[in-house]
Amino acid sequence: MTDASAGNASQNAATARREDAARTGPMLAADGRPLKASLNRALRRQKMRALLLIAPLLIFILVTFVAPIIDMLFRSVENQIVSETLPRTVVALDDWDAQDLPSEDVYAALAYDFNEAAERRRHTRLGSRLNYETTGLSSTFRRSGRGIEDVGETYAEQFIDLDEAWEEPETWTALMAHPDWLSAQAEWAAEAEAAGRDFDEPEPAFRLAPGIADVLPETADAYRSFARTIQQEDEDSPTEEEPWNTVYLALYRDLAAQPASAVAAYFGPIAAELAAADAAVDGFETVSLREVFGEMDDAWAEMPMWETIDAFSDPYTAGYFLAAIDLQLTPDGIEAQPEDQRIYILLFQRTIFMSLVITISCVLLGYPIAYLLSNLPARTSNLLLILVLLPFWTSLLVRTSAWKVLLQQEGVINDILVWVGFIADDARLQLINNQTGTIIAMTHILLPFMILPLFSVMKTIPPYYVRAAKSLGATNWTAFWRVYFPQSIPGIGAGCILVFILSIGYYITPELVGGRTGTFISNRIAFHISESLNWGLAAALGSILLALVLVLYWIYDRMVGIDNVKLG
Amino acid sequence: MDHKLPPYATLGQRIWFYAFRVICGLIFFFLIAPILTIIPLSFNAESFFTFTPGMLALDPEAYSLRHYVDFFTNPDWQQALRNSVMIAPVATILSVSLGTLAAIGLSQSHVPFKGAIMAILISPMIVPLIISAAGMYFFYSRIGLQGTYWGVVLAHAALGIPFVIITVTATLVGFDRSLTRAAASLGANPVTTFFRIQMPLILPGVISGGLFAFITSFDEVVVVIFVGSAAQQTLPWQMFTGLREQISPTILAVATILVVISIGLLTVVELLRRRSERLRGMSPG
Repeated sequence: MTDASAGNASQNAATARREDAARTGPMLAADGRPLKASLNRALRRQKMRALLLIAPLLIFILVTFVAPIIDMLFRSVENQIVSETLPRTVVALDDWDAQDLPSEDVYAALAYDFNEAAERRRHTRLGSRLNYETTGLSSTFRRSGRGIEDVGETYAEQFIDLDEAWEEPETWTALMAHPDWLSAQAEWAAEAEAAGRDFDEPEPAFRLAPGIADVLPETADAYRSFARTIQQEDEDSPTEEEPWNTVYLALYRDLAAQPASAVAAYFGPIAAELAAADAAVDGFETVSLREVFGEMDDAWAEMPMWETIDAFSDPYTAGYFLAAIDLQLTPDGIEAQPEDQRIYILLFQRTIFMSLVITISCVLLGYPIAYLLSNLPARTSNLLLILVLLPFWTSLLVRTSAWKVLLQQEGVINDILVWVGFIADDARLQLINNQTGTIIAMTHILLPFMILPLFSVMKTIPPYYVRAAKSLGATNWTAFWRVYFPQSIPGIGAGCILVFILSIGYYITPELVGGRTGTFISNRIAFHISESLNWGLAAALGSILLALVLVLYWIYDRMVGIDNVKLG
Repeated sequence: MDHKLPPYATLGQRIWFYAFRVICGLIFFFLIAPILTIIPLSFNAESFFTFTPGMLALDPEAYSLRHYVDFFTNPDWQQALRNSVMIAPVATILSVSLGTLAAIGLSQSHVPFKGAIMAILISPMIVPLIISAAGMYFFYSRIGLQGTYWGVVLAHAALGIPFVIITVTATLVGFDRSLTRAAASLGANPVTTFFRIQMPLILPGVISGGLFAFITSFDEVVVVIFVGSAAQQTLPWQMFTGLREQISPTILAVATILVVISIGLLTVVELLRRRSERLRGMSPG
């Protein structure tokens, strides 16, 4: 067989296969695969290529922009601070009936939590957090941070009077620490000794002795809290520090609560001292923790404090959102804020109202301009369009400063009005630092955003319809109102939504020319972020505003299509 | 209403014709006058924010360059200028490069989830700045970007991206895909095709998108206040502080300079737009 015939044969075979397939199976592509699969593959590859081109930007936007927005939404409900700062108290409050002040057990849990929080300087942060809910708690927490050292002092003195060993750090480490930790610590101390000043390796983290938590549960917990805190905060060692008074309080409570047999069954280190203490505690002078805390600050012996802690002990809260719409969370459910603290609904209303006024002013001023521009010859209209585009391109700050200068009482506009004689020199108009100022300046700033979409719609309206209407006998007004205007409505819609979306979230201009009465919800958000530091409330207000804007964005997308936005 | 008054117009029509022109003239005046007023005011020899009698009498003594001198010698303003010049171009490069790539991807014929992707990419333009600023402040503090140069650059790049996407996709709408196929059939690889064929044709769109991104970053003040620290204080931030606290006439000098810059940018964008429309036969001009 020659090569040619071999080629022929294989060609014939391929043809036969193709014909075969045409009769029985799917159509094939040049390479013998089914055409459908081949096309699908090409389409898939095309899709992949498009996605690969988009991916870097999409990831960039997701990280730099979308993630921050989600973080903000998360912050508006996040409330871990109470359960993180006062973990034991929150657990102890679980079965509190909220009828009367909580039991001594809750106060004891509070003492341990608060002591650690104060040593870690976290109590003031919690104080400011709870102060958003009940005014005055911030100072209570600050004051209590100084007084907490003395809680349990009575018991500490009595234990030390009984046996001076209780004053010694070694007694406590022998009783509480894990033998492994003690040896690791000793090794570390020797190394530190040898290395001298430059030694900066941290001490091994404290570990509890096995089984001690069964005999003295509260003491073990309180001592571990003490040991870890001084290790982390002060870089001190539990081997050299006398425990906090609250540890003695815990020891007293454990010994008083345990049946004697439990202590008798303990054979670890310091068993003798412990047994002696156990025998003596029944004769100890006792104090009511509720009174101790009440002396520190009255708020601890009153219901509002406990109701607030209880209401905000969950790791997530609707509290910020409620506050953002002038409600508050109370033990009896959701209630309105007191009359004098309701500001946010009013502020939202004002923001929406002023945005509407600005949008309407923009339509009234923008419509004639867009109409004029779309009906003039291209040369003239291009020239006049520059007058619209120049403000559009000019810095927002420049335009705001211009208005600040023009609208002042000693400013250009008032000067002209006085000079013309419209107003007396001593009756100059108050045009700035109020709603008037914000509306004038923002109408000016947002006007191009109304004119440009209107203009792009009006350019496409053919002039024949109006001419036809006139030739049929319509007056100028009828021809405009019944024929031209309806065709320009899409432009009005697009412009209005755009201007409204932009104005509802405006911050800079209201801040600079709005004074007290002309500010928007954005200004309040900024205030809570940078001044009052109530980030949760700022996030909740922001989330509400965002929801509002997204609804409008969605409408805009349905109406105009987001890819039809034109710039300039 | 047509642009010329027909000879048979009634008196009422005549009156309305001229009244309408006057109304439009007043609105144009409202648009442009505030910007123009600050220019002469910035040459005020006194530290006033209004025209002094001397200025109205066109007395040369009443005019001076002292506020400009202050701008160019005051270290605060100079530092702010330097910061602005260091932040805006880098943010622009980031948004233009990523944005152009994505716009080319988006203009392909089969893009899955195109609507959703587009909505996400445009969202930085729609979400109110104060919300973006708040979110970025919280999130960037968590990841250690708050108060850093790169934090501000990334934030500004994100804000500029919608403008690049919008202008570049608009240019790509009129792009003839058979040109890239022709290049490919003549043996050019995709990278060569992109730089030799596609890029020169969509360049006007890319440049005007870049100018939009630049001006967005250069004028931006809300996000930089929250994401930046004192070391990133930009020109608009300095102006904002100046307007809020001690309003000094130097602001007017800065404003005038910025107006001149925007006139320059506007001219470039307009020329580019007309050129690309002419090339694509979309406008007779």
